[in-house]
Amino acid sequence: MSLPVRDFYRSMADRVGKNLADQDLGNKILVQVGSATCEHAAGSQAVAEEFVRHIRASGRKDIIIHRTGCTGRCSREPILGVQLPGQIPVKYERVNRDLVHRIFIEHIQGGTPIMKHVLDHSTEVMPEREFLFCEGSRCQRPGGESLRDRFNAMLAARGIEPHQVHVAAASCFGVCSLAGGAPATYVLARPEKVLYRITREEDLADLLAIHVAEGRVVERLRVLEEPIALEFLERYGDVAFFNRQSRIALRNAGVVDPDSLDEYVGFDGFKALAAVLERGEPEWVVNEMTKARLRGRGGGGFLTGTKWGFARKQADTTRFIICNGDEGDPGAFMDRSMLESDPFNIVEGMIIGGFAIGAQKGFFYIRAEYPLAIRRIQHAIDTCRANGLLGTDIMGSGFDFDLEIRLGAGAFVCGEETALIRSIEGERGQPKVRPPYPTDRGLWGHPTVINNVETFANVSAIVRFSGDWYARIGTEKSGGTKVFALAGKVRHTGLVEVPLGTSLSRIVNDIGGGVSGGKQLKAIQTGGPAGGFIPASMQDMEVDFEPLQKAGSIMGSGGMIVLSEDDCMVDIAKFYMAFSQEESCGKCTPCREGTTRILEILERITQGKGVLEDLDKLHRLSRLCQRTSLCGLGRAAPNPVLSSIKHFRAEYLAHIQDKHCPAKKCVALIRYEINAEKCIGCTICDRNCPVECITGARKEAHVIDQAACIKCGNCFDVCKFAAIDRV
Amino acid sequence: MSACCQNTDNWAELERGYRAMLPEDVLAFIDGNQSQDHSESMLIATLHMVQGHYGYLSPGHLEAVAQLMQIPLAKVTGVATFYHYFRLQPRGKYLINVCLGTACYVKGAEKVAQKLTDELGIRFGETSKDGIFSLESTRCVGTCGLAPVVMIGDEVHGPLTPGQIPNLLEGYLARAAEDLVADQPR
Amino acid sequence: MSQMISLKIDGESILVPAGTTVMDAAEKIGIHIPRLCYHPDLSLEGNCRVCVVAVEGFDHGLASCATTAWEGMEVQTNSPMIRQARRDIVELLLDNHPKDCQTCDRDGNCELQNLSYRMGVRERLFEGKRKQFPIDDASASVVRNAEKCILCGRCIRVCGEVQGVFNLSQHGRGFTTVVGPANLGPMDESACIQCGQCVSVCPTAAFLEQDHTERVWKALGYRRTEKHVVVTTAPAIRAALGEAFGLPVGTPVTGKMVTALRRMGFDAIFDVNFSADLTIMEEAHELLKRLEGGGPLPLLTSCSPGWVSFLEKFYPEMIPHMSSCKSPMQMQSTLIKTYYAQQKGLDPKDVYVVSVMPCVAKKFEAARPEHQLDGVPTTDAVITTRELAQMIKSYGIDFQKLPDSDFDHPLGTSSGAGDIFGATGGVMEAALRTAAFKLTGKNLGNLELTEVRGVTGEIRETSVTLAGTTINVAVANGLQNAKVLLDAVKRGEKDYHLIEIMACPGGCICGGGQPYPPIGTYTMNRDLAKARANALYSIDSGKTLRCSHDNPDIQKLYADFLGEPLGPKAHELLHTHYTARTPRGIR
Repeated sequence: MSLPVRDFYRSMADRVGKNLADQDLGNKILVQVGSATCEHAAGSQAVAEEFVRHIRASGRKDIIIHRTGCTGRCSREPILGVQLPGQIPVKYERVNRDLVHRIFIEHIQGGTPIMKHVLDHSTEVMPEREFLFCEGSRCQRPGGESLRDRFNAMLAARGIEPHQVHVAAASCFGVCSLAGGAPATYVLARPEKVLYRITREEDLADLLAIHVAEGRVVERLRVLEEPIALEFLERYGDVAFFNRQSRIALRNAGVVDPDSLDEYVGFDGFKALAAVLERGEPEWVVNEMTKARLRGRGGGGFLTGTKWGFARKQADTTRFIICNGDEGDPGAFMDRSMLESDPFNIVEGMIIGGFAIGAQKGFFYIRAEYPLAIRRIQHAIDTCRANGLLGTDIMGSGFDFDLEIRLGAGAFVCGEETALIRSIEGERGQPKVRPPYPTDRGLWGHPTVINNVETFANVSAIVRFSGDWYARIGTEKSGGTKVFALAGKVRHTGLVEVPLGTSLSRIVNDIGGGVSGGKQLKAIQTGGPAGGFIPASMQDMEVDFEPLQKAGSIMGSGGMIVLSEDDCMVDIAKFYMAFSQEESCGKCTPCREGTTRILEILERITQGKGVLEDLDKLHRLSRLCQRTSLCGLGRAAPNPVLSSIKHFRAEYLAHIQDKHCPAKKCVALIRYEINAEKCIGCTICDRNCPVECITGARKEAHVIDQAACIKCGNCFDVCKFAAIDRV
Repeated sequence: MSACCQNTDNWAELERGYRAMLPEDVLAFIDGNQSQDHSESMLIATLHMVQGHYGYLSPGHLEAVAQLMQIPLAKVTGVATFYHYFRLQPRGKYLINVCLGTACYVKGAEKVAQKLTDELGIRFGETSKDGIFSLESTRCVGTCGLAPVVMIGDEVHGPLTPGQIPNLLEGYLARAAEDLVADQPR
Repeated sequence: MSQMISLKIDGESILVPAGTTVMDAAEKIGIHIPRLCYHPDLSLEGNCRVCVVAVEGFDHGLASCATTAWEGMEVQTNSPMIRQARRDIVELLLDNHPKDCQTCDRDGNCELQNLSYRMGVRERLFEGKRKQFPIDDASASVVRNAEKCILCGRCIRVCGEVQGVFNLSQHGRGFTTVVGPANLGPMDESACIQCGQCVSVCPTAAFLEQDHTERVWKALGYRRTEKHVVVTTAPAIRAALGEAFGLPVGTPVTGKMVTALRRMGFDAIFDVNFSADLTIMEEAHELLKRLEGGGPLPLLTSCSPGWVSFLEKFYPEMIPHMSSCKSPMQMQSTLIKTYYAQQKGLDPKDVYVVSVMPCVAKKFEAARPEHQLDGVPTTDAVITTRELAQMIKSYGIDFQKLPDSDFDHPLGTSSGAGDIFGATGGVMEAALRTAAFKLTGKNLGNLELTEVRGVTGEIRETSVTLAGTTINVAVANGLQNAKVLLDAVKRGEKDYHLIEIMACPGGCICGGGQPYPPIGTYTMNRDLAKARANALYSIDSGKTLRCSHDNPDIQKLYADFLGEPLGPKAHELLHTHYTARTPRGIR
């Protein structure tokens, strides 16, 4: 009805379209460099500079350096992408200046990719074509995997080598519900960026005969709807770590230039906002969120639609919306990545949220430790303001709304919403009793909605593709996807976005590549310091709010730490407890005093001074914290202790009764002994012992004086003959 | 009736003093916020600015911020001590980290630590008056083979005896003096 | 407004007005939920967690003090789980608390001690490290002992919400959280105005008054030829001292108090009420003079040292408004060392003056350099009502059985006007009685100006027209209320002539030095304040001498010694001056 919004959006999209067309990117060589905090630390800026120098020296005008945010593939950074016209993009890992030189000479000028340095060594050779088959493990469509196998067989029968056509498995593209009709297998063909809908073997035959053999698109099978993460898959689809993911919140991360409004608009940015403002019905937005079953991604798992609805129905019309970017879990960095890599998307999500609840003002609460995220969000806010997307009369709709950044200052508790509000108010970030909830009385006493960065990152997608679409991607209770920060003893670390309901095993083994160093998986810790441990025996469980809680852990903000047989569960529980104790705000008794006492008991146990009653005390104190702490953080703080006792009681008993640490981690419970049969008397241990407790003549077996040994492990590390045992 | 007709309003004078303690951009920031609603909510942002300028928050800075923002000083210091990000002590040019891990401890780290506090005239957690050294302790720097060790800046020194401490500090003092000369405007 | 909601507590249905807390609702059906950080007159924090209850639909407990009941709510206040949780919470507090109950000032009236007994903490299950902080006794009035602090936050709340001083804040966080003034500096260098309300509300001994009992014991031990030890008692003492000996709240104990002091060996026992009358003489004249154009209006009363300190620190620009009259205590001490010493032929240096005050700020006032005579403080020791009670007990006096006796002369006679100084509005009422006489030549028909009689935490205002002169007056107690009045005056919204301000909520009867109310009742309790005030009003109404200017000993003092009110001698001895001080800058 409200045509000004439509006109506004059209003219903006047209302008952007023209700009992009002018750049003629289709005929240029694109060099993509990641630019986010971790990339910078890994040296991506130097890499980009080196490339610029090469381009300048070569005098070529057809090479464009494209700066993007972070893809979340931490351990391989800096990552550099090269895309020659009409070819599948190539990603290089751990690029340095020397490699830049080689890439420029061999790949860009010579046309031959350097396969040795390709990300994750996904292939030996660069295929000409690639087909990504969606696995659809979520929609239970029959025959999905057999279709892929069948296609492989058909290719083999034709004598087509994998380096010519490569077939890979991909996660859900999220197009089923978009295209309508019965579930089917979707196949993305690269480099053409064409999406096919396959239901029968005959379809595969056409694919082979027309697409592979003749290089033409099979129009009959073509799907015109674009999967939301098309751009992402197009660029990263060849890497297993990425193509097994379903990217919605992270769809633009590593794809879009975070400082370019044009690029964001080019990827349908602000289309959702335009739709919302044109419709002019806040209730509709709330409804879509409710239908999407989008649950709070900060850890609470509260339904976003319900929360927005609560705020909407308040009598007080001064309302606020806050984006919680105070990511404090050690090991979680998805919020930072989204803020740094796709800031306009978060801003758009907040404006839509603001409109839905009737807020006049929104705040980004971002930790001061994230300077780049702050800079990018500020830039996005300023750009939006300058372009009529923030401020008064947004997009000509008459809706007034503005955003402001407030900085955190290093307090984990400020992730708790009432504490966050106190911090924005300029106070010590200590939580307040709830109820009243912030949606009733929040910032300065007014109704306030607080959502996590990731929650906002999903909003525009839900508006564009509908709540029902989003709901279908996840489980019955939780719609959509969740981003996890995969770390610990796992081969591939980084950000992983998968549909809710995906199994832990799939995340850790299929995407993460399994436990590093060939060790046994012991447990998976989820939810950070407020979470718990899922033992390896339960790795097939579906990742969703309720199952995790039932297993004694939580979703949290999505930290996921893989633990192997080398990790001592008591020690790890102690580590998390030390964190919670250190970060307790000090306001309520159970958390302030209780966490301290729990930590003391854990320290006793790891020092071999534990007694059996300590287990009861741990349990009693932990339950006390859970039941009586003032805020969610205090209530969740003992989770690592309780879940480790629940699943690994035997390890506690070994520490307490046998004074033995099965993982050989707890220093007080181990000792080093020299195996006289293996020791050749080289004296290297003796020379490296800081307390001179190793004795023995040259060429004779040495002995450790246990009374003097401080168990520093130097001897164990330096012995070249494995003659030192840690027992 | 002596006080009756005097001007006892000391604000102008106090304000002048407090304004002199903060840099222009911070003053402009505070002035700009004071007329806004909920100006006290800008306290944390203001402290960030002050720390960004001086590297830490001195009692004087905190008092000036409190007075100019019209926020009780106790609240300001309460906030400054709540958040880990805020530093209340200046760090010296060189941070001396004495390893008090077990290996160093048994090899006499305490005597080395004692010598350092004697030589520098400061305790752990403090910074020398000339601003060159800050003294801190750490649990373990992971170089037990060199025990007892002391880390100065990024450099690890060990094994050390108390007798070596004066010479060691002298070396850093000389370096600091050189840097000072180099920094002088020509 | 009074919409009723229904809820179930321990299975019993109950109707309460909307907005009632779960704790209050439970109280209505006779369930007293244990509590610690709760204080009915302060904001609700819910941080100690002792008062947790189970609520249907929640997997964790809610703090009943800070949770408003809702329609259909189902609450369980007791269960094995809740009982154990409460017991464990109290133990956790004890585990981080010194184990010195027997030698602690609060032994016997400590809320933590009481609660731990009630919750059945008979053994320590979780003991470990304990916090350690130095005692801050730099202030003349208040001693801060952070090791005894259980972080209930009452002191922070009273200092900010009631007194508007905001001198206290939590510092640090987690296990190392500590309450203190800015930068955890010494209290005497802080914004503290020494009112001692933190002492009043503290459930433990984390805040205490500076102990002056030892110096009083020492003075009493001097040979009579060396020191002449004089004691003088403030109006509010007699209204509350009995509480410390098990007498009902509001029992006036003037006679027993005098007898007790005499038994303890004081050489003379005087009444500060005498100087209250004297203050009125001076202040009423000061008001009349200003009404005639001799100085800025409104005139502000100057009896309350906490208030004086507050003005100097936060509203120094209004110092010219402050009455230059010394407080009754300082007038009294000055007269003891001049007028009385002369009469007795004593060298002022040989006279030792002990003041008994309901106030801890008086300790600070006594130490102010303005209040010295030849380099010696005019008041040598100030003990609070609490300290006096402790001394009486320590002396072995059976207070309840004591006969009554009278104050000594010439500084022991007072009018009813002096008596009511201890309650909020009392100074105003007394001043108006005398101002009326001065303006009209006769006493008011009805001496009781109930418009200015209030209770805790109120601002009262009224106008009196006397011989064609209209006097607008206002009364405030609690310095947050003072702020409201002062700001209104500064903005020109109010046109007052006289403002009475008492630092403590309810006035001196609820001063920071008054006996701790029995556990379960709280300072600032309206009934407590009313009962104590009524004790004073009953003394007043029982007297025939009810106006300061009618006090014959006052008349004699002027005739024999001082000359005229506001005259040179009166100015020299009875008036003081104020200095602008730095802690400013709070809104």
